[in-house]
Amino acid sequence: MTGLHAAAQAGVSSPAAALAGSPADAGLPAGAPTCAQILAIDAVRGENLVPNEELIGPIDSTDEWIKSRTGITTRARANPEQDVIDLAASAATKVIRRAGLTPDQIDAVILATVTHFYQTPSAAAILAARIGAVGAAAWDISAACAGFCYGIAQADALVRSGAARHVLVIGAEKLSDFIDPADRTISYLLGDGAGGAIVGVGEVQGIGPTVWGTDGTKAELVGQTRGWLEEGSGQPTLIQQGPSVFRWAVTQMPKLAKQAMDAAGIGASDLAAFIPHQANMRIVDQLVKVLRLPDHVVVARDIAETGNTSAASVPLATERLLREGQVRPGGLALWIGFGAGLTYAAQVVRLPASHKRDTNEEHDNNKE
Amino acid sequence: MGLERQEVLAGLTEIIVEETGLPAEAVEDDKSFVEDLDVDSLSMMTIVTLAEDKFSVRIPDDAVKDLTTVGAAVDYIIGAGESA
Repeated sequence: MTGLHAAAQAGVSSPAAALAGSPADAGLPAGAPTCAQILAIDAVRGENLVPNEELIGPIDSTDEWIKSRTGITTRARANPEQDVIDLAASAATKVIRRAGLTPDQIDAVILATVTHFYQTPSAAAILAARIGAVGAAAWDISAACAGFCYGIAQADALVRSGAARHVLVIGAEKLSDFIDPADRTISYLLGDGAGGAIVGVGEVQGIGPTVWGTDGTKAELVGQTRGWLEEGSGQPTLIQQGPSVFRWAVTQMPKLAKQAMDAAGIGASDLAAFIPHQANMRIVDQLVKVLRLPDHVVVARDIAETGNTSAASVPLATERLLREGQVRPGGLALWIGFGAGLTYAAQVVRLPASHKRDTNEEHDNNKE
Repeated sequence: MGLERQEVLAGLTEIIVEETGLPAEAVEDDKSFVEDLDVDSLSMMTIVTLAEDKFSVRIPDDAVKDLTTVGAAVDYIIGAGESA
Protein backbone atom coordinates (compact mmCIF):
# COMPACT_ATOMS: atom_id res chain seq x y z
CA MET A 1 0.00 0.00 0.00
CA THR A 2 1.41 3.32 -1.02
CA GLY A 3 1.71 6.05 1.55
CA LEU A 4 0.40 9.54 0.98
CA HIS A 5 2.73 12.48 0.89
CA ALA A 6 3.21 13.98 4.32
CA ALA A 7 3.82 17.61 5.13
CA ALA A 8 7.49 18.39 5.73
CA GLN A 9 8.53 17.59 9.28
CA ALA A 10 10.63 20.65 9.84
CA GLY A 11 12.65 20.67 12.99
CA VAL A 12 11.95 17.10 14.07
CA SER A 13 15.17 15.26 14.93
CA SER A 14 17.07 17.52 12.56
CA PRO A 15 20.81 17.09 13.04
CA ALA A 16 21.18 20.80 12.40
CA ALA A 17 19.00 21.51 15.38
CA ALA A 18 21.32 19.66 17.72
CA LEU A 19 23.99 22.28 18.15
CA ALA A 20 27.38 21.36 19.49
CA GLY A 21 28.62 23.20 22.52
CA SER A 22 27.25 23.69 26.00
CA PRO A 23 24.12 21.83 27.17
CA ALA A 24 22.25 25.13 27.13
CA ASP A 25 22.81 25.42 23.40
CA ALA A 26 22.15 21.77 22.54
CA GLY A 27 18.98 20.55 20.86
CA LEU A 28 16.40 18.88 23.05
CA PRO A 29 15.34 15.28 22.43
CA ALA A 30 12.43 14.95 20.00
CA GLY A 31 9.90 12.16 19.66
CA ALA A 32 10.73 9.63 16.98
CA PRO A 33 9.11 10.79 13.73
CA THR A 34 6.79 8.21 12.23
CA CYS A 35 3.78 7.77 9.95
CA ALA A 36 0.15 8.44 10.86
CA GLN A 37 -2.94 6.57 9.74
CA ILE A 38 -6.67 6.52 10.41
CA LEU A 39 -7.03 3.26 12.36
CA ALA A 40 -10.80 3.28 12.86
CA ILE A 41 -13.92 5.37 12.33
CA ASP A 42 -17.26 5.13 14.09
CA ALA A 43 -20.23 7.30 14.94
CA VAL A 44 -23.59 7.67 16.64
CA ARG A 45 -26.60 9.65 15.48
CA GLY A 46 -29.39 11.23 17.45
CA GLU A 47 -32.02 8.55 18.02
CA ASN A 48 -34.97 10.46 16.59
CA LEU A 49 -35.33 10.92 12.85
CA VAL A 50 -37.41 14.08 12.64
CA PRO A 51 -39.28 14.47 9.32
CA ASN A 52 -39.78 17.80 7.57
CA GLU A 53 -43.49 17.72 8.38
CA GLU A 54 -42.73 18.21 12.07
CA LEU A 55 -40.83 21.44 11.42
CA ILE A 56 -42.73 23.25 8.69
CA GLY A 57 -45.39 24.89 10.87
CA PRO A 58 -43.30 27.57 12.61
CA ILE A 59 -41.45 28.45 9.40
CA ASP A 60 -44.59 28.45 7.23
CA SER A 61 -43.03 26.09 4.74
CA THR A 62 -43.59 22.71 3.10
CA ASP A 63 -41.90 19.34 2.89
CA GLU A 64 -41.25 19.98 -0.80
CA TRP A 65 -39.63 23.35 -0.15
CA ILE A 66 -37.20 21.89 2.39
CA LYS A 67 -36.37 18.92 0.16
CA SER A 68 -35.78 21.02 -2.92
CA ARG A 69 -33.72 23.59 -1.06
CA THR A 70 -31.63 21.25 1.10
CA GLY A 71 -32.10 17.61 0.05
CA ILE A 72 -33.07 16.81 3.62
CA THR A 73 -35.95 14.45 4.38
CA THR A 74 -35.18 13.82 8.05
CA ARG A 75 -32.61 14.99 10.57
CA ALA A 76 -31.30 12.91 13.46
CA ARG A 77 -31.98 14.57 16.80
CA ALA A 78 -30.98 13.39 20.24
CA ASN A 79 -33.25 12.97 23.22
CA PRO A 80 -33.61 16.05 25.46
CA GLU A 81 -31.78 14.45 28.36
CA GLN A 82 -28.65 13.82 26.27
CA ASP A 83 -25.95 16.44 25.96
CA VAL A 84 -23.10 16.78 23.52
CA ILE A 85 -20.69 14.92 25.80
CA ASP A 86 -23.09 11.96 26.00
CA LEU A 87 -23.06 11.75 22.21
CA ALA A 88 -19.29 12.17 22.08
CA ALA A 89 -18.76 9.45 24.70
CA SER A 90 -20.89 6.96 22.79
CA ALA A 91 -18.97 7.56 19.58
CA ALA A 92 -15.62 7.52 21.39
CA THR A 93 -16.31 4.20 23.08
CA LYS A 94 -17.30 2.65 19.76
CA VAL A 95 -14.32 3.90 17.81
CA ILE A 96 -11.78 2.93 20.48
CA ARG A 97 -13.24 -0.57 20.53
CA ARG A 98 -13.27 -0.73 16.75
CA ALA A 99 -9.56 0.17 16.70
CA GLY A 100 -8.87 -2.74 19.03
CA LEU A 101 -7.63 -0.42 21.74
CA THR A 102 -8.46 0.20 25.36
CA PRO A 103 -9.08 3.75 26.67
CA ASP A 104 -5.82 3.81 28.61
CA GLN A 105 -3.96 3.58 25.29
CA ILE A 106 -5.34 6.95 24.15
CA ASP A 107 -2.68 9.64 24.50
CA ALA A 108 -4.75 12.63 23.39
CA VAL A 109 -8.44 13.48 23.05
CA ILE A 110 -9.42 16.23 20.62
CA LEU A 111 -13.09 17.19 20.63
CA ALA A 112 -14.43 19.49 17.94
CA THR A 113 -17.74 21.08 18.93
CA VAL A 114 -19.62 24.36 19.10
CA THR A 115 -22.44 23.06 21.30
CA HIS A 116 -20.73 22.67 24.68
CA PHE A 117 -22.38 25.14 27.06
CA TYR A 118 -19.36 25.74 29.28
CA GLN A 119 -16.43 28.05 28.57
CA THR A 120 -14.45 25.82 30.93
CA PRO A 121 -13.70 23.04 31.71
CA SER A 122 -13.43 21.69 28.21
CA ALA A 123 -15.82 19.04 26.99
CA ALA A 124 -12.78 16.99 25.96
CA ALA A 125 -11.51 16.78 29.55
CA ILE A 126 -14.87 15.48 30.73
CA LEU A 127 -15.10 13.15 27.75
CA ALA A 128 -11.66 11.70 28.47
CA ALA A 129 -12.66 10.96 32.04
CA ARG A 130 -16.05 9.57 31.00
CA ILE A 131 -14.52 7.00 28.66
CA GLY A 132 -11.67 5.98 30.96
CA ALA A 133 -8.86 7.91 29.30
CA VAL A 134 -7.84 9.89 32.39
CA GLY A 135 -4.30 11.11 31.89
CA ALA A 136 -4.66 11.72 28.17
CA ALA A 137 -4.11 15.26 26.96
CA ALA A 138 -7.52 16.66 26.09
CA TRP A 139 -8.80 19.86 24.52
CA ASP A 140 -11.67 21.28 22.50
CA ILE A 141 -11.56 22.82 19.04
CA SER A 142 -13.96 25.59 18.05
CA ALA A 143 -13.77 25.44 14.27
CA ALA A 144 -17.45 24.73 13.61
CA CYS A 145 -18.10 22.50 10.61
CA ALA A 146 -14.37 22.29 9.81
CA GLY A 147 -13.62 21.17 13.36
CA PHE A 148 -13.20 17.47 12.68
CA CYS A 149 -10.80 18.08 9.79
CA TYR A 150 -8.87 20.54 11.97
CA GLY A 151 -8.67 17.81 14.61
CA ILE A 152 -7.35 15.30 12.10
CA ALA A 153 -4.65 17.82 11.11
CA GLN A 154 -3.60 18.16 14.73
CA ALA A 155 -3.70 14.42 15.39
CA ASP A 156 -1.68 13.72 12.27
CA ALA A 157 1.01 16.14 13.41
CA LEU A 158 1.04 14.75 16.94
CA VAL A 159 1.50 11.17 15.76
CA ARG A 160 4.06 11.99 13.09
CA SER A 161 6.12 14.01 15.55
CA GLY A 162 6.12 11.20 18.09
CA ALA A 163 4.17 13.27 20.65
CA ALA A 164 1.35 10.70 20.73
CA ARG A 165 0.78 7.15 19.50
CA HIS A 166 -3.02 7.12 19.56
CA VAL A 167 -5.16 10.23 19.23
CA LEU A 168 -8.95 10.18 19.56
CA VAL A 169 -10.53 12.84 17.33
CA ILE A 170 -14.24 13.40 17.88
CA GLY A 171 -16.63 15.77 16.13
CA ALA A 172 -19.78 16.05 18.24
CA GLU A 173 -22.74 18.39 18.18
CA LYS A 174 -26.11 18.65 19.81
CA LEU A 175 -27.29 21.42 17.53
CA SER A 176 -30.92 20.95 18.56
CA ASP A 177 -29.97 22.82 21.76
CA PHE A 178 -29.25 25.90 19.63
CA ILE A 179 -32.22 26.16 17.31
CA ASP A 180 -35.12 28.57 17.02
CA PRO A 181 -38.04 26.63 15.49
CA ALA A 182 -39.21 29.83 13.74
CA ASP A 183 -35.81 30.53 12.15
CA ARG A 184 -35.88 30.08 8.38
CA THR A 185 -32.14 30.32 7.82
CA ILE A 186 -30.61 27.21 9.36
CA SER A 187 -32.55 25.55 12.18
CA TYR A 188 -34.49 23.13 9.99
CA LEU A 189 -31.23 21.78 8.55
CA LEU A 190 -29.65 20.84 11.85
CA GLY A 191 -29.21 17.43 13.45
CA ASP A 192 -27.33 15.86 16.36
CA GLY A 193 -24.58 13.27 16.40
CA ALA A 194 -20.98 12.42 17.05
CA GLY A 195 -18.35 10.72 14.97
CA GLY A 196 -14.75 9.97 15.57
CA ALA A 197 -11.51 8.56 14.35
CA ILE A 198 -8.48 7.03 15.97
CA VAL A 199 -5.28 8.40 14.45
CA GLY A 200 -2.34 6.19 15.22
CA VAL A 201 1.06 5.00 14.10
CA GLY A 202 1.17 3.26 10.73
CA GLU A 203 3.77 1.66 8.52
CA VAL A 204 3.09 4.17 5.76
CA GLN A 205 1.57 7.65 5.82
CA GLY A 206 -2.22 7.45 5.54
CA ILE A 207 -3.13 11.12 5.98
CA GLY A 208 -2.28 13.64 3.30
CA PRO A 209 -1.24 17.18 4.15
CA THR A 210 -4.12 19.26 5.46
CA VAL A 211 -4.95 22.36 3.43
CA TRP A 212 -6.72 24.72 5.76
CA GLY A 213 -7.44 28.27 6.80
CA THR A 214 -10.02 30.84 7.81
CA ASP A 215 -11.61 33.94 6.32
CA GLY A 216 -12.74 36.06 9.23
CA THR A 217 -13.82 38.85 6.88
CA LYS A 218 -16.94 36.72 6.35
CA ALA A 219 -17.47 35.88 10.02
CA GLU A 220 -20.95 37.42 9.95
CA LEU A 221 -22.26 34.80 7.50
CA VAL A 222 -22.78 32.02 10.08
CA GLY A 223 -23.04 32.30 13.85
CA GLN A 224 -25.25 33.10 16.80
CA THR A 225 -28.18 35.48 16.94
CA ARG A 226 -26.30 37.44 19.62
CA GLY A 227 -23.58 37.11 22.25
CA TRP A 228 -24.31 35.45 25.58
CA LEU A 229 -24.11 38.79 27.43
CA GLU A 230 -26.25 40.77 25.01
CA GLU A 231 -29.85 41.33 26.05
CA GLY A 232 -32.61 39.27 24.48
CA SER A 233 -35.17 36.64 25.34
CA GLY A 234 -33.97 33.10 25.74
CA GLN A 235 -30.54 31.83 24.81
CA PRO A 236 -28.75 32.69 21.55
CA THR A 237 -29.52 30.39 18.63
CA LEU A 238 -27.82 29.72 15.32
CA ILE A 239 -28.38 31.79 12.20
CA GLN A 240 -26.81 32.07 8.76
CA GLN A 241 -26.91 33.98 5.49
CA GLY A 242 -27.59 30.85 3.48
CA PRO A 243 -27.21 32.09 -0.10
CA SER A 244 -23.89 33.79 0.68
CA VAL A 245 -22.57 30.71 2.45
CA PHE A 246 -23.68 28.61 -0.51
CA ARG A 247 -21.90 30.90 -2.94
CA TRP A 248 -18.69 30.91 -0.89
CA ALA A 249 -18.72 27.12 -0.53
CA VAL A 250 -19.35 26.26 -4.17
CA THR A 251 -16.75 28.72 -5.45
CA GLN A 252 -13.98 28.24 -2.87
CA MET A 253 -14.21 24.59 -1.78
CA PRO A 254 -13.44 23.13 -5.22
CA LYS A 255 -10.13 25.01 -5.11
CA LEU A 256 -9.47 23.62 -1.65
CA ALA A 257 -10.30 20.11 -2.86
CA LYS A 258 -7.83 20.37 -5.70
CA GLN A 259 -5.14 21.74 -3.40
CA ALA A 260 -5.63 18.84 -0.98
CA MET A 261 -5.38 16.29 -3.80
CA ASP A 262 -2.30 18.00 -5.23
CA ALA A 263 -0.69 18.06 -1.79
CA ALA A 264 -1.37 14.35 -1.38
CA GLY A 265 0.06 13.62 -4.80
CA ILE A 266 -3.16 12.11 -6.18
CA GLY A 267 -5.84 12.92 -8.74
CA ALA A 268 -9.62 12.65 -8.53
CA SER A 269 -9.47 9.28 -10.30
CA ASP A 270 -7.52 7.89 -7.34
CA LEU A 271 -10.34 8.63 -4.92
CA ALA A 272 -12.74 5.98 -3.67
CA ALA A 273 -14.93 8.51 -1.90
CA PHE A 274 -15.68 12.22 -1.75
CA ILE A 275 -16.91 13.17 1.69
CA PRO A 276 -17.58 16.89 2.08
CA HIS A 277 -19.21 18.51 5.09
CA GLN A 278 -22.91 17.73 4.89
CA ALA A 279 -24.12 21.34 4.89
CA ASN A 280 -26.75 21.13 2.18
CA MET A 281 -27.29 18.61 -0.62
CA ARG A 282 -27.31 21.48 -3.11
CA ILE A 283 -23.73 22.32 -2.07
CA VAL A 284 -22.70 18.67 -2.33
CA ASP A 285 -24.23 18.42 -5.81
CA GLN A 286 -22.59 21.63 -6.98
CA LEU A 287 -19.16 20.56 -5.67
CA VAL A 288 -19.44 17.25 -7.50
CA LYS A 289 -20.40 19.08 -10.68
CA VAL A 290 -17.57 21.61 -10.50
CA LEU A 291 -14.95 19.02 -9.55
CA ARG A 292 -16.09 16.68 -12.36
CA LEU A 293 -15.49 13.63 -10.20
CA PRO A 294 -15.27 10.31 -12.04
CA ASP A 295 -18.33 8.07 -11.75
CA HIS A 296 -16.55 5.52 -9.59
CA VAL A 297 -16.03 8.06 -6.78
CA VAL A 298 -18.70 7.48 -4.14
CA VAL A 299 -20.21 10.73 -2.91
CA ALA A 300 -21.37 11.02 0.70
CA ARG A 301 -24.99 12.14 0.95
CA ASP A 302 -25.68 11.39 4.59
CA ILE A 303 -27.38 14.77 4.98
CA ALA A 304 -30.59 13.42 3.42
CA GLU A 305 -31.34 11.41 6.53
CA THR A 306 -29.08 12.84 9.25
CA GLY A 307 -29.21 16.58 8.48
CA ASN A 308 -26.36 19.01 8.99
CA THR A 309 -24.44 18.02 12.12
CA SER A 310 -21.59 20.55 11.85
CA ALA A 311 -18.33 19.10 13.23
CA ALA A 312 -19.83 15.60 13.32
CA SER A 313 -20.91 15.46 9.70
CA VAL A 314 -17.71 14.27 8.02
CA PRO A 315 -17.13 11.28 10.33
CA LEU A 316 -20.86 10.48 10.35
CA ALA A 317 -20.97 10.44 6.56
CA THR A 318 -17.80 8.35 6.41
CA GLU A 319 -19.17 5.86 8.89
CA ARG A 320 -22.31 5.43 6.81
CA LEU A 321 -20.35 4.71 3.63
CA LEU A 322 -18.22 2.12 5.42
CA ARG A 323 -21.10 0.52 7.33
CA GLU A 324 -23.28 0.21 4.25
CA GLY A 325 -20.40 -1.12 2.17
CA GLN A 326 -20.65 1.74 -0.32
CA VAL A 327 -16.91 2.29 -0.19
CA ARG A 328 -14.20 -0.29 0.23
CA PRO A 329 -12.08 -0.14 3.38
CA GLY A 330 -8.57 1.02 2.66
CA GLY A 331 -9.64 3.31 -0.19
CA LEU A 332 -8.73 6.97 -0.44
CA ALA A 333 -11.26 9.56 0.69
CA LEU A 334 -11.24 13.33 0.36
CA TRP A 335 -12.56 15.01 3.48
CA ILE A 336 -13.59 18.67 3.39
CA GLY A 337 -14.95 20.65 6.32
CA PHE A 338 -16.15 24.24 6.03
CA GLY A 339 -18.32 26.51 8.09
CA ALA A 340 -18.61 29.30 10.63
CA GLY A 341 -15.59 31.51 10.94
CA LEU A 342 -15.39 31.04 8.06
CA THR A 343 -13.20 28.01 8.60
CA TYR A 344 -12.13 25.39 6.10
CA ALA A 345 -9.90 22.32 5.97
CA ALA A 346 -9.39 19.42 3.59
CA GLN A 347 -7.23 16.34 3.52
CA VAL A 348 -6.97 13.09 1.59
CA VAL A 349 -7.01 10.09 3.92
CA ARG A 350 -6.73 6.39 3.48
CA LEU A 351 -9.79 4.84 5.10
CA PRO A 352 -9.22 2.13 7.73
CA ALA A 353 -8.18 -1.21 6.30
CA SER A 354 -11.27 -2.95 7.67
CA HIS A 355 -14.68 -1.97 8.98
CA LYS A 356 -16.39 -5.11 10.19
CA ARG A 357 -19.72 -5.16 11.95
CA ASP A 358 -19.28 -4.29 15.62
CA THR A 359 -20.30 -7.54 17.25
CA ASN A 360 -19.79 -6.07 20.71
CA GLU A 361 -22.41 -3.46 19.91
CA GLU A 362 -24.85 -6.15 18.80
CA HIS A 363 -24.17 -7.97 22.06
CA ASP A 364 -24.78 -4.76 24.00
CA ASN A 365 -28.05 -4.15 22.18
CA ASN A 366 -29.24 -7.69 22.85
CA LYS A 367 -28.70 -7.18 26.56
CA GLU A 368 -30.93 -4.11 26.63
CA MET B 1 -15.44 48.79 -24.67
CA GLY B 2 -18.78 48.23 -22.96
CA LEU B 3 -20.86 45.11 -23.15
CA GLU B 4 -23.64 45.00 -25.76
CA ARG B 5 -27.09 44.46 -24.29
CA GLN B 6 -28.12 41.69 -26.68
CA GLU B 7 -24.83 39.94 -26.11
CA VAL B 8 -25.30 40.03 -22.34
CA LEU B 9 -28.93 38.88 -22.57
CA ALA B 10 -27.92 35.96 -24.79
CA GLY B 11 -25.07 34.95 -22.50
CA LEU B 12 -27.17 35.25 -19.37
CA THR B 13 -29.94 33.24 -21.02
CA GLU B 14 -27.49 30.41 -21.66
CA ILE B 15 -26.58 30.37 -17.98
CA ILE B 16 -30.22 30.44 -16.84
CA VAL B 17 -31.14 27.63 -19.23
CA GLU B 18 -28.23 25.53 -17.91
CA GLU B 19 -29.23 26.12 -14.29
CA THR B 20 -33.02 25.77 -14.61
CA GLY B 21 -33.52 23.46 -17.57
CA LEU B 22 -36.04 25.94 -19.01
CA PRO B 23 -36.18 26.55 -22.78
CA ALA B 24 -34.36 29.68 -23.93
CA GLU B 25 -37.66 31.14 -25.16
CA ALA B 26 -38.87 31.35 -21.56
CA VAL B 27 -36.10 33.75 -20.62
CA GLU B 28 -37.07 37.32 -21.45
CA ASP B 29 -36.12 40.77 -20.23
CA ASP B 30 -39.17 41.29 -18.04
CA LYS B 31 -39.29 37.81 -16.50
CA SER B 32 -38.99 37.59 -12.72
CA PHE B 33 -36.39 35.11 -11.52
CA VAL B 34 -38.54 33.98 -8.61
CA GLU B 35 -42.08 34.28 -9.97
CA ASP B 36 -41.60 33.31 -13.62
CA LEU B 37 -38.43 31.24 -13.79
CA ASP B 38 -38.70 29.46 -10.42
CA VAL B 39 -35.13 30.43 -9.53
CA ASP B 40 -34.58 30.20 -5.77
CA SER B 41 -31.92 32.10 -3.85
CA LEU B 42 -29.32 29.32 -4.15
CA SER B 43 -29.81 28.92 -7.89
CA MET B 44 -29.59 32.71 -8.17
CA MET B 45 -26.16 32.59 -6.53
CA THR B 46 -25.04 29.97 -9.04
CA ILE B 47 -26.32 32.13 -11.90
CA VAL B 48 -24.57 35.31 -10.75
CA THR B 49 -21.33 33.44 -10.07
CA LEU B 50 -21.35 31.99 -13.58
CA ALA B 51 -22.24 35.42 -14.96
CA GLU B 52 -19.26 36.94 -13.16
CA ASP B 53 -16.95 34.49 -14.90
CA LYS B 54 -18.63 34.86 -18.29
CA PHE B 55 -18.64 38.66 -18.40
CA SER B 56 -15.60 39.36 -16.21
CA VAL B 57 -17.57 41.51 -13.80
CA ARG B 58 -18.08 41.50 -10.03
CA ILE B 59 -21.58 41.02 -8.60
CA PRO B 60 -21.43 41.23 -4.80
CA ASP B 61 -23.85 39.26 -2.62
CA ASP B 62 -25.51 42.48 -1.46
CA ALA B 63 -26.43 43.40 -5.03
CA VAL B 64 -28.11 40.10 -5.84
CA LYS B 65 -31.34 40.82 -3.96
CA ASP B 66 -32.03 43.75 -6.29
CA LEU B 67 -31.67 41.63 -9.44
CA THR B 68 -35.32 40.62 -9.47
CA THR B 69 -35.76 40.35 -13.24
CA VAL B 70 -33.62 39.16 -16.12
CA GLY B 71 -33.51 42.73 -17.42
CA ALA B 72 -32.30 44.06 -14.07
CA ALA B 73 -29.50 41.51 -14.10
CA VAL B 74 -28.54 42.42 -17.66
CA ASP B 75 -28.44 46.12 -16.76
CA TYR B 76 -26.33 45.44 -13.68
CA ILE B 77 -23.83 43.39 -15.66
CA ILE B 78 -23.53 46.11 -18.30
CA GLY B 79 -23.03 48.73 -15.59
CA ALA B 80 -20.47 46.61 -13.79
CA GLY B 81 -18.67 46.05 -17.07
CA GLU B 82 -18.47 49.79 -17.74
CA SER B 83 -17.10 50.55 -14.28
CA ALA B 84 -14.59 47.69 -14.36
